[in-house]
Amino acid sequence: MISIKDVEHVALLARLSLTEDEKQVYGKQLSDILENVRKLQDLNTEGVPPTAHVLDLQNVFREDRLGEHMPVDQVLANAPDRQDNFFKVPKIM
Amino acid sequence: MAQYEAVIGLEVHVELKTDTKIFCHSSTEFGADPNHHVCPVCLGLPGVLPVVNKKVVEYAIKAGLALNCRIAAFSKFDRKNYYYPDLPKNYQISQYDLPIAEHGCLEINVHGVDKRIGITRLHMEEDAGKLVHHGTISSTPFSLVDYNRTGVPLIEIVSEPDMRSADEAVAYLEKLKAIIQYTGVSDCKMQEGSLRCDANISVRPAGQAELGTKAEIKNMNSFKALHKAVSYEIQRQIKLLESGGKVVQETRTWDEARGETLSMRSKEEAHDYRYLPDPDLAPLVIDRAWVEAIKAGLPELPDARRQRLVTAYGLPEYDAMVLTSSRELADYYEECVQIYNNPKLVSNWVMGELARMMNAGGQDIQEVRISPAQLAKLLQLLAEGTISGRIARTVLEEMFNTGKDAGKVIEEQGLVQISDTGLIEKVVDEVIATNPKSVEDYRSGKEKAIGFLVGQVMKSTKGKANPGLVNELLKEKLNK
Repeated sequence: MISIKDVEHVALLARLSLTEDEKQVYGKQLSDILENVRKLQDLNTEGVPPTAHVLDLQNVFREDRLGEHMPVDQVLANAPDRQDNFFKVPKIM
Repeated sequence: MAQYEAVIGLEVHVELKTDTKIFCHSSTEFGADPNHHVCPVCLGLPGVLPVVNKKVVEYAIKAGLALNCRIAAFSKFDRKNYYYPDLPKNYQISQYDLPIAEHGCLEINVHGVDKRIGITRLHMEEDAGKLVHHGTISSTPFSLVDYNRTGVPLIEIVSEPDMRSADEAVAYLEKLKAIIQYTGVSDCKMQEGSLRCDANISVRPAGQAELGTKAEIKNMNSFKALHKAVSYEIQRQIKLLESGGKVVQETRTWDEARGETLSMRSKEEAHDYRYLPDPDLAPLVIDRAWVEAIKAGLPELPDARRQRLVTAYGLPEYDAMVLTSSRELADYYEECVQIYNNPKLVSNWVMGELARMMNAGGQDIQEVRISPAQLAKLLQLLAEGTISGRIARTVLEEMFNTGKDAGKVIEEQGLVQISDTGLIEKVVDEVIATNPKSVEDYRSGKEKAIGFLVGQVMKSTKGKANPGLVNELLKEKLNK
């Protein structure tokens, strides 16, 4: 069960500000999700080696060769705000 | 007052000198216009797929081998989650539990004592973007973000907490920098941020096995700053403990202007990075043959080269250490000696006058306009007696500023040493005649008085008289 404190911690890490009601709602939803995922623990994994990747892939490399850059106006198209060619965001300390 | 012992570990970030970023084909070139070296991958746009640059893995292995690390047979990338505008994805791709290299070490020498410093691990990661603040950081309400640096390949090298003083910390960083530079995987320019260093520092009463609470110090941009910051922080913690206080585990920033470390307001509630394996990147299975091939391609490293300079040229240990502090300096020295085989004379001038001029101008050996061949020629003229040591310094200065050959400078300024006995004799006679007091002093046993007389002769010949001859002639005449 996810506690209100856990919800507050995760919200802070995600920079979300939640009302008391929202904390209750999200706490319940997060608990339900975790409970669903927990079912995986019931599987018998005896003899199954741990894996770092779902596909049977390894050593996928690219060569150190230059490609195209994006035009700067396109780069900044999704910026919340811009100043010259910079993204402009509220200062976070 | 109890004796305290400081315990220091360093975390060093080194930018790798590849043409493109670690997971995409954007350029790593320093100094481009803001946000001009970006692509959808480094911006973290939806649907993109990062693919690791093979050269980054090769360079990380190379650096790991040079630092005596064990190279992992299996390694992977992980996501380190944190919310900050310098990371467009809100996570940094790094390596968590399976770094590319572990269990290394390097040797330092501080005040004549050799010491081995352990290296815990070396891992690959992507650099973050740069935040720019107009005005002072405290007054402006905005951050301006440039993502050119986002995705530039880094290796992070974490030391064991094996250092006990600021001198040892500086020696470790100098050695680390030299080794990495020798391998050629980075140019390690601290002023451009391609070598960055954080320090973990704690103190404990001497003899106590348990470690004290540590503080992490950031923002040290030079060796000097590292030394000052570590010294300051050790004293701060000792004073705190002495006055009955407690060290708080926190991140502090070195404020160069104030000469203090200052507590940074905590960015996050805790360091809760929620690492998870990056599903976009396939794991690395490192082939031993690849590692062996990289190992075979390693150049001679600083320690081996230092040894060789001692045995091959008969240099003192100290000279060899200074000359091998950078690969370029050692190359310069050896090239010079190959042209003019007088190893100690060349060493004296490279470490002495040339180094002094480089320091004064803030230049590296690569930027010096005097070629090894030109320096060799100058020193040859000096050793043959064509010019005196004093004149050689003047000539070197002119060569340093203009890049001209020694012979040309000597000719242009009429600096050839006067070894004509008749000419010098004439000046000596004059000096003896016009300085009766010193002459009498010398004759009455004050042998030092001759120094003044030699000086007078040199002065009236503008330093060009052969000093040996001047001495000889003066003594001859005074002892008559």
